[in-house]
Amino acid sequence: MSVTANAQVDDHAHDEHDHHHKQTFVTKYIFSQDHKMIAKQYLILGVFVMGALGIAMSLLFRMQLAWPGESFSVFEVLLGDWAPGGVMDADVYLALVTIHGTLMVFFVLTQGLSGTFSNLLIPLQIGARDMASGFMNMLSFWMFFVSCIVMLSSLFLEAGPAAAGWTIYPPLSALPMAQPGSGMGMTLWLVSMAIFIASSLMGSLNYVVTVINLRTKGMSMTRLPLTIWAFFVTAIIGIISFPVLLSAALLLIMDRSFGTSFFLSDIFIQGEVLHYQGGSPVLYEHLFWFLGHPEVYIVILPAMGIVSEVMAVNARKPIFGYRAMIASILAIAFLSTIVWGHHMFISGMNPFLGSVFTFTTLLIAIPSAVKAFNWITTLWKGNLQLNPAMLFSIGMVSTFITGGLTGIVLGDSTLDINVHDTYFVIAHFHLVMGISALYGMFAGIYHWFPTMFEGKMMNKNMGYVHFWITAVGSYGIFFPMHFVGMAGVPRRYYENTAFPMFDELTDIQVLMTVFAIITASAQLIFVFNFVRSIFYGKVGPKNPWKANTLEWTTPQEHIHGNWPGAIPEVHRWAYDYSKVDENDEYIIPGQDFVPQDVPLQKDEEELQH
Amino acid sequence: MTTLLTLVVLALVAIAIWQMTKIFELSQLKAENSQIANDSDNKTNGYLLFAFLVFIYGITIFSFWKYGKFLLPEAGSAHGAEYDSLMLVSFIIIFLVQTLTQALLHYFGYKYRGVEGNRALFFADSDRLEFIWTIIPVIVLSGLILWGLYTWTTIMDINDDDDPLIVELYAQQFGWTARYGGEDNVLGMANVRMIDINKANVLGLDESDAYSKDDIIVKELHLPVGRKVNFKMRSQDVLHSAYMPHFRAQMNCVPGMITEFSFTPIHTTEQMRLNPDVVDKVKRTNAIRAERAANGEDNSDPWEFDYILLCNKICGKSHYNMQMKIIVETQEEYDAWIAEQKTFGENVMGQASTDEFKNIETATASH
Repeated sequence: MSVTANAQVDDHAHDEHDHHHKQTFVTKYIFSQDHKMIAKQYLILGVFVMGALGIAMSLLFRMQLAWPGESFSVFEVLLGDWAPGGVMDADVYLALVTIHGTLMVFFVLTQGLSGTFSNLLIPLQIGARDMASGFMNMLSFWMFFVSCIVMLSSLFLEAGPAAAGWTIYPPLSALPMAQPGSGMGMTLWLVSMAIFIASSLMGSLNYVVTVINLRTKGMSMTRLPLTIWAFFVTAIIGIISFPVLLSAALLLIMDRSFGTSFFLSDIFIQGEVLHYQGGSPVLYEHLFWFLGHPEVYIVILPAMGIVSEVMAVNARKPIFGYRAMIASILAIAFLSTIVWGHHMFISGMNPFLGSVFTFTTLLIAIPSAVKAFNWITTLWKGNLQLNPAMLFSIGMVSTFITGGLTGIVLGDSTLDINVHDTYFVIAHFHLVMGISALYGMFAGIYHWFPTMFEGKMMNKNMGYVHFWITAVGSYGIFFPMHFVGMAGVPRRYYENTAFPMFDELTDIQVLMTVFAIITASAQLIFVFNFVRSIFYGKVGPKNPWKANTLEWTTPQEHIHGNWPGAIPEVHRWAYDYSKVDENDEYIIPGQDFVPQDVPLQKDEEELQH
Repeated sequence: MTTLLTLVVLALVAIAIWQMTKIFELSQLKAENSQIANDSDNKTNGYLLFAFLVFIYGITIFSFWKYGKFLLPEAGSAHGAEYDSLMLVSFIIIFLVQTLTQALLHYFGYKYRGVEGNRALFFADSDRLEFIWTIIPVIVLSGLILWGLYTWTTIMDINDDDDPLIVELYAQQFGWTARYGGEDNVLGMANVRMIDINKANVLGLDESDAYSKDDIIVKELHLPVGRKVNFKMRSQDVLHSAYMPHFRAQMNCVPGMITEFSFTPIHTTEQMRLNPDVVDKVKRTNAIRAERAANGEDNSDPWEFDYILLCNKICGKSHYNMQMKIIVETQEEYDAWIAEQKTFGENVMGQASTDEFKNIETATASH
């Protein structure tokens, strides 16, 4: 069988490895083809650099919202000419909102999250020496690097970066005379995203091929940990939908630079009629959201996978409903590609189309509900080890439920009419995909830090402080925000002072901003803990969380090829926690877990889950 | 001052965190120095999970108590009542599920906190449970979908029954213009290519179209109460969205196409000003404004409730201030007002000078 063949080839490759390969600094740390190093590169660049910038931007515009028109020296220092006298300019406000969204959705939560954990865990958990193509993996990261540089360089343009919202709807994004950010800033945004998409596609193809072809002997699809299922399906959705965004971006570039009319028609601006005729901005919206909606599942599915795994390990219980979890991942993935129209109920598209999208959108609540109930049941009668990673997993389920439930309102075309594009939407998606995905990411970082940094562990007490401040702060920011939306306040308003009916909401804005500042500050604890642990972290046991998956069978010291000897063979699924035999004894006496590479014991039944 | 306060608060928070970390670390010294949760960590965090459940309930109750009154008042349109009841039912369901699931999640986190030597239950699946929590959402969501779609179809069925008033909402960076069909209630043809600023034909009406002649172009939207209004939306430059929150109405304005929305206003502005919720809101808002006036700040004039049209699709620098006042009045008041307005024919085709038109525009805007 091919699995056996693979194993042999791998062994051979490994033998070779022992003899050559003296790595230089450049091949080890910079142009590395080792998936573990690439994962760390994604983590540092995607999460720490881009994430810090994205969050910092949100603090700036939150300050403007809480204290509109107030002068802050921090604005003057950071924004320079865009904040004359320390008062933020309206165009810059929109630019900050736009780049915050772009960085967080694409750079942090797509490539940062998937890039880190897919790269780290896919080979280790399926029992492979590395990704199918280490070279392509390296290329993927460096294209990501280039797209980061292009995106960040747009911040230094005199006219400012793109400012049309992270969805960059034309004509606003297409016409340089419509706003300053639609000039060079938008060009760089589009170029950066085109490179980003290429990077993402290369990464995704690699993940899919690796999961399909390089599983170790015995690792059938139904024995894969749920992390791998989540990364695998995420990569597939990415492959299906990102090319559509690329086409939208290319057509927009055509409209902007070559005078075509894909998205533009009948425009009179600044005293003259433009030549565009026959295009439609609604077409752009369709193309954008054909990616844009699967995108939010690209963001949340890896977090769901991480949470499922971390929760089972720390509950000392199998994940409840393993097959139902896989089925719901697949159902979510399928449905995610046919719900994009719920972003467009009032875009002017045919109302009947709106009805169809309402139907599919509310359907997607079903697999989501199944997942939430399965997680809750996983906790039931567990022996919960409340490590920081476990707390973040529980926190993720909490915010996913809170944020997901309001989706019932937004997914319903009728109810969407009055809350569309208000703060209600902001509250909804920040909880359900922003905070939840970040929690999943934090859970992953705390849990797999020893895997990434050769057995070193992060300080748990700083982890606890980090979690509790973040948990309280996130609800403090986003729960009251629903009320601002229900009061009718539109998003992307530089200030709400032009409408007396919003006067009394300023207090909530202040409250949210104070919580945002506190929560963001708490992330500094995490950064400090992370950096300190890299250098001074204490090396823990080889399998600190007593987990079953294969990554804990590797030596703590990183070697190219992951396992010094043969790749372990897999004999069971990943969730034999607290499994007992007929005599009510643990399968392995004195140990409440049975790693995947332990053969079935005498008389042990392999339960078909 | 605020900057200083913020910095002080931040510094204090930082110190508090630093101290907390220290206390945590000190309390751990005696125990084994491992970074893996032990029984005492499980106990502390288990209790904290329970406390967090109380926090979630607390912030929910606090928000409703403190902010519940900020929500939009009773709908001013005929379909609004149906919208509001669907919203109410959805929220009741949301809160039931939220209260229940958060309770289970956090209570389990507290109840089953790990104790060395305890054994978890190997409970890997149950078809019956999976079935239950698949079928319940299916039933509840089916109900919501059916009700929602019925309402949606009704709201979006824009037809000419019941002699609707035809009004065009015209969007541009950064303002709104409204156009009435005039005597014949039919809008003349228009396209941005026919805009002629010099002749004050700012909406690009087709001067050769007979229907254009009696069209009335205004900067303030007047609607007679009780009559259906069919809006035709246009935009001349970028996407805008005509958002009329008090009427539970919104539709994007898209360059190159005409979008539609329809509703029947059921309360005049005067009636709405007497609505107890609105009275309270105005009182609260004017208290804030009086305080501002006392401090010599801007934006402190007393406010009177008005229906409002906002732009709700990012459209550029002054997106945050793109608005138009909406006045719902009795048929008589409306008739009197519309009779005062000059038609497109009088303004543009009848050689009226640009200046005159502009005067009319400003006059209506300050009306």
